[in-house]
Amino acid sequence: MSKFTRRTASILAGFGFLLAAGSGASAQELHLYNWSNYYPPELLEKFEAETGIKATIDAYASEEDLLAKLQAGGGGYDVIFPGPTTLGTMIEKGLVEKIDANSMSNFQNVLGPFQTLSVDADRSYSAPYMWGTTGFTYDPAMVPGGMLEESWAEIFEPKDELKGNIAMLNEMSDVWNAAAYYTGVDKCTEDPMEAQKILDVLMAQKPSVKVYSNDGTIDRMSAGEVAVHMQWNGAAHRVKKNKPDVVYVYPKEGVTFWTDTMAVPSNAPNKEAAKQFINWMMLPENAAAASNFTGYSNAIKGSGQYLDESLSTDPAVNMPEEFADRLSGFKKCSDESKQLRERVWTKLKS
Amino acid sequence: MDAKVRDAARRRAAWRDRTLLVGPAAGAIFILMVVPLTLMAWISIQTRDFAGGVVWNDYSGEAYLRFLFERNLDDSLSWNFNYLLIILRSFWLSFITTTTSLLVGFPMALYMATRPARWRAALVFLVTVPFWTNLLVRNYAWILLLRDHGSINSVLLWLGVIDQPLPLLHNNFAVSVGLTYSFLPFMVLPIYTSLEKLDLRLVEAAFDLYATRLKVLRHILLPAALPGIIAGCILVFVPCLGSYVTPELLGGGKTMMIGNLIGLQFGAARNWPFGAALGFALLALVLIAMTIYALRTQQNGNSR
Amino acid sequence: MSDIAQPAAKRRFRPLAGDPRHWPGVGFMAALFFGYVYLPIFILIALSFNKNELVTIWTGFSFDWYLKAVQNEAVLRAAWNSLLIATIASLCATALATLAAVRMARDRFAGQIAVNAMVALPLTVPEIVTAVSTLMFFSVVGITQGLTTVILAHTVFCIPFAYLPIRARLDGLDPKLAEAAGDLYANPRQAFRMITLPLMMPGIMSGAVLAFIISLDDFVTTFFVGGAGSTTLPVYIFGLIRVGVSPEVNAISSIMLMVSIALVSISLLLGRGHERSQR
Repeated sequence: MSKFTRRTASILAGFGFLLAAGSGASAQELHLYNWSNYYPPELLEKFEAETGIKATIDAYASEEDLLAKLQAGGGGYDVIFPGPTTLGTMIEKGLVEKIDANSMSNFQNVLGPFQTLSVDADRSYSAPYMWGTTGFTYDPAMVPGGMLEESWAEIFEPKDELKGNIAMLNEMSDVWNAAAYYTGVDKCTEDPMEAQKILDVLMAQKPSVKVYSNDGTIDRMSAGEVAVHMQWNGAAHRVKKNKPDVVYVYPKEGVTFWTDTMAVPSNAPNKEAAKQFINWMMLPENAAAASNFTGYSNAIKGSGQYLDESLSTDPAVNMPEEFADRLSGFKKCSDESKQLRERVWTKLKS
Repeated sequence: MDAKVRDAARRRAAWRDRTLLVGPAAGAIFILMVVPLTLMAWISIQTRDFAGGVVWNDYSGEAYLRFLFERNLDDSLSWNFNYLLIILRSFWLSFITTTTSLLVGFPMALYMATRPARWRAALVFLVTVPFWTNLLVRNYAWILLLRDHGSINSVLLWLGVIDQPLPLLHNNFAVSVGLTYSFLPFMVLPIYTSLEKLDLRLVEAAFDLYATRLKVLRHILLPAALPGIIAGCILVFVPCLGSYVTPELLGGGKTMMIGNLIGLQFGAARNWPFGAALGFALLALVLIAMTIYALRTQQNGNSR
Repeated sequence: MSDIAQPAAKRRFRPLAGDPRHWPGVGFMAALFFGYVYLPIFILIALSFNKNELVTIWTGFSFDWYLKAVQNEAVLRAAWNSLLIATIASLCATALATLAAVRMARDRFAGQIAVNAMVALPLTVPEIVTAVSTLMFFSVVGITQGLTTVILAHTVFCIPFAYLPIRARLDGLDPKLAEAAGDLYANPRQAFRMITLPLMMPGIMSGAVLAFIISLDDFVTTFFVGGAGSTTLPVYIFGLIRVGVSPEVNAISSIMLMVSIALVSISLLLGRGHERSQR
């Protein structure tokens, strides 16, 4: 065979490969897009074993990244896990599919309060995934006096020894809400002057912050790279596996209580498999498996019997009654207020 | 008549020949690079959609205003130095990187050029190989070295030189170390190429005429290496301005360079027009610098 | 007689003050250079064999992390994607580059400067700029981000890397060889197939391997233009790095390093091999 023919053959083989790969992709495959470290790999394998659908997960670093990706043209994902704010924006923009979760066979397993969501009243676009709170975690061994007050003041106006040793989440809604509780401003404010107060607090805090990040919070606290970390409660629970003495705080000014959801992008390649997956996740043992891995509570009846003991004994996950009135649930804010929040966040991060 | 027909046929054949051969490559680059870059310029004058993307045909210079100004929460304009700071930092870090690379790269190139010929190929090989490995992985290696409980701090703590880990990561220092690391071969190889052409008998002659090493360096080595030094500086400074991976990994989100700022606009910041404007500005800068360099080397080539 | 002879003998064994090959401090800088360049690589590879999880305290030699890495489905899928994309992109890029190089090396034509500039474009424009502009392009045109978009983007920026060695090789060829073929009654096609093309082969191979490496190692473009099912090894590693430092990342990174070094060595040897054969 002459070299020319050989080269042509290899080029054709390459194209053949591409075709094969392309056609392989359209056979039963499911692509999940989720936070990093927020879904148990073993559960994915269980789904594959039970249904024969091959599933993969890609990760995003923040809700904004998810929104940006979908807005830019989708990326070929079948199931996404947005929080309520992002879900609301996506529903308005037509970025998510109407999957009628409320008529899925396992929907009856969903606990009462979670059968509805402020942005998706009848759960026609989404099903619940994990829910939790946003507070902060500290290592008693690394703070002066071994104890911090149960207040956002410890984060927004840190003690001198802690300056440069705190980390914040890189999540706009959570940081905004915390600052709003601390300053007493309504988190859905439309008044630029009020928003300015929030911005001032955040800017004043910024030099003391070591890093803004959603990824690796568990690692960061476990390795002792920071003493105080604004954190989600499930992540705090997982830090305790390495450092049992860390304390998760429910600040008295207010604690955001959020629920994450599962939804299907409107240009998802495999919507049937996506719906099958979401329905499957509403089974108690599967929801419990996710809880055991992520450290958050789920919204499914009957999952309690499958949950790890450590979850029920950890006050970070199983919130003590006395903190119930500090919780502040999701409120649907107007467009102007959302834009104000965006502008404050941009100014902070620039 | 006959000749004209033959000419026309030959010209057609030549045209067809040219299109079939060069066309595919040029076409691919045109469609997938020139067109997107033009699109980027176009998008930079559109209005942003807050959820991401662009509001088409709603022209606005807002993106370019943003370089220097910001809109306060009450819509008034005021000076905003944040982005300027990022741009200045990019220039500063690129300058530092170029200087350090030069200080390390010149002696290295001199060393290589003064080895026996059979060693040189091996040396070039050793210098080139790391450059072709994955940039992400090489920068990650620096995270391992620089972090609070990384190799460098561990060794210093163990030796007792310090008692608290030094903050070596997530700052300008880490980014400059990483950038120098990434771009060093770009400085060494051009200087080496220039120095290699130098006839060492000139140097010998200079020594015979009682010249000191310093004089030889100034009057013989540096002029000989100059084209290589200039090429190296350009090859380091210009790409360094547009780095993304190094400041992303080693900068910790607080030491952004232009590249990261651009990337951010297409991710969490969701401001395509601003990202496009920044990209366009960076592109213009790079193209102008390269064109000047190309024209000057062409001039120098012609004048000899 | 002996007085004159002795100083000469002495001179041979001492580096002269005027030895053009001896410059003080240069050797030290060279050692510094190689230390600076290779130390992180060695530490990375060394730590990947570390037995325990705490990355910087050495407890023992172990292949555990490598075993874990190759058994990780996500890693295998990312590796497969990397290889698939690199193969297709480098083959296409080399084919396009060869065609173009053949014409460009032959003689001048109108628009040659423009073509030269275009081929150089992916090398001069910062990768972040091409990545985001390609992202915007695909979004506007409506192509979903995924394997297709990544392969298209990779092919384009691989073209100059394939082009340069091929063009260099062609420029170094003796035109008289093709002329001689013509004298022996071969038509241009035959001359090309039987003389020029085989002589070009080392350049083509070198270009193909270079393009392959560039595609394999690419991060920025793949990160911005990719979507579901197009995660390559560098993108996967980046995701892991964001979560934290871990020995698995070390293992996967070391594998990538060693593959790159092997491929680069092959490419450089291919390039040098033909030089020797020319003599």
